[in-house]
Amino acid sequence: MSTADLEPQVSALRAMTLIVGRELRLSFRRPEQVLQPLVFFLIVTTLFPLGLSLQLSLLRDMAPGVLWVAALLSSLLSLDALFKGDADDGTLDQLALSGQSLTAIVLAKTASHWLVSGAALVLVSPLVGIALGIPWGVFPTMLGSLALGTLCLSWLGAIGAGLTVGLKRGNVLVSLVVLPLAMPLLIFGAGATDRAAAGISPAGALYLLGSLCVFTCTLAPFAVAAALRITLEG
Amino acid sequence: MNFWAMGGYARFVWPCFALAGLVLAWNVWSARRFYAAARVRAQRALLMTDE
Amino acid sequence: MWTWFYKLASPPSVYRTATALTPWFMTVALIAIACGLIGGLGFAPPDYQQGDAFRIIYVHVPSAYMSLFCYSAMAVAGAIGLIWRIKMSYALAAATAPIGASFTALALVTGSLWGKPMWGTYWAWDPRLTSELILLFLYAGVMSLRPAFEDPARGDRAAALLSIVGFVNVPIIHFSVQWWNSLHQGSTIAKIGKPSMPGSMLWPLLTMLLGFTCFYAAVVCMRLRGEVLNRERQSAWVREAVKS
Repeated sequence: MSTADLEPQVSALRAMTLIVGRELRLSFRRPEQVLQPLVFFLIVTTLFPLGLSLQLSLLRDMAPGVLWVAALLSSLLSLDALFKGDADDGTLDQLALSGQSLTAIVLAKTASHWLVSGAALVLVSPLVGIALGIPWGVFPTMLGSLALGTLCLSWLGAIGAGLTVGLKRGNVLVSLVVLPLAMPLLIFGAGATDRAAAGISPAGALYLLGSLCVFTCTLAPFAVAAALRITLEG
Repeated sequence: MNFWAMGGYARFVWPCFALAGLVLAWNVWSARRFYAAARVRAQRALLMTDE
Repeated sequence: MWTWFYKLASPPSVYRTATALTPWFMTVALIAIACGLIGGLGFAPPDYQQGDAFRIIYVHVPSAYMSLFCYSAMAVAGAIGLIWRIKMSYALAAATAPIGASFTALALVTGSLWGKPMWGTYWAWDPRLTSELILLFLYAGVMSLRPAFEDPARGDRAAALLSIVGFVNVPIIHFSVQWWNSLHQGSTIAKIGKPSMPGSMLWPLLTMLLGFTCFYAAVVCMRLRGEVLNRERQSAWVREAVKS
């Protein structure tokens, strides 16, 4: 399956734009794929106060951590939609053969995936913030850290999804693969929100989170493309 | 006898060394088992092609 | 020159070399470990702060070192396999994984047992223990991914890619946990404070490190033979080798 002899019909940028458009249109046609992870996010957040029966004041201390763990788990759920649908109907193979750079394709797919999962999560997070008693002043940090964090998670998740596309019981495996990689993210993201809640400047943590984000966004596309080449070959 | 007491920390020190020994032993045992199983499978493949 | 290398990396050659090297590595390993144990348990004086409990260092540090060494070896072997398409490199990676994971588990348990007299608790979210725990999860991920593929060659490549991604993350994980721990610094961690250990304490540690490394080399050769057989089952030389 050599792509070397196929000339791309359109420029890489145009191809990416087309893919993003396609992904967004598909997501609108299947709103449950977008909504279910969000509902899961809300449900998981509810589990913690129920399980720990905490008063709001104590809950506030745990809130950043709870928020982040819930975000992490729900973004794992949404990973299914990234490659599986296209792998099943052969679109992914077509894309790989199209002559376009697989890295560019991956970039487009993951970016649009983040728009409908991660960005959506950030939009919903204020509700969770209120439920967990996070003070208003912390909200900007919370939203900022979640925005950066979910972007990172989309990429780490893409690596996991790329490696496990087409495997039976790939779901559990994806979690096993992605979660250890996501732990630094959790530490910095929840840490930033924690510091803001404690009244200390979250700047340091946010910078670390930001640099982690840049690092991941730079290298992950190549890793994901490599993973897809491995799983799609032959 | 002082040696075995490890200055009072015997119940931490000796389990550590015992566990280390166990892990080393497990590695050898596991590697041997793995090799033996691989050998058996190779022999079976040999028999199947002879038929 | 490259033909020489590719011949060296050919399955029958790897099989023969591994078979030949195992007894040598194992002998050196056992001697070194014995010397290290005698030196560490018998000759090294008790620590000023921790008394005899510090002796756990003689198994904890070598196992923690090996856990990282093995992961690196696994990742490098994976990278060599992906870049130069050397199949035997994947065999080495596969052989190393369980060994490294066992060392990681040992490091965690000995670290925990050392923690009880040092910090008063069996578990603490100390940066090193926490990063070691995450390392165990990384091993678990790689070891679960490889067999999940029907095509073993594909499984090898996927596992290799994952171990490289994990390898890039190891310093990040360690750094992030250290940063996080400095936030949550509740208990003070009593390290073997002096930056340089006295000689009588140091040489058994170095000897144990050597012993563990040679032990790994011996066991990986043993496993490698099995891996080679599994991958080359259909070839003529294997049929000859297992006929007896």
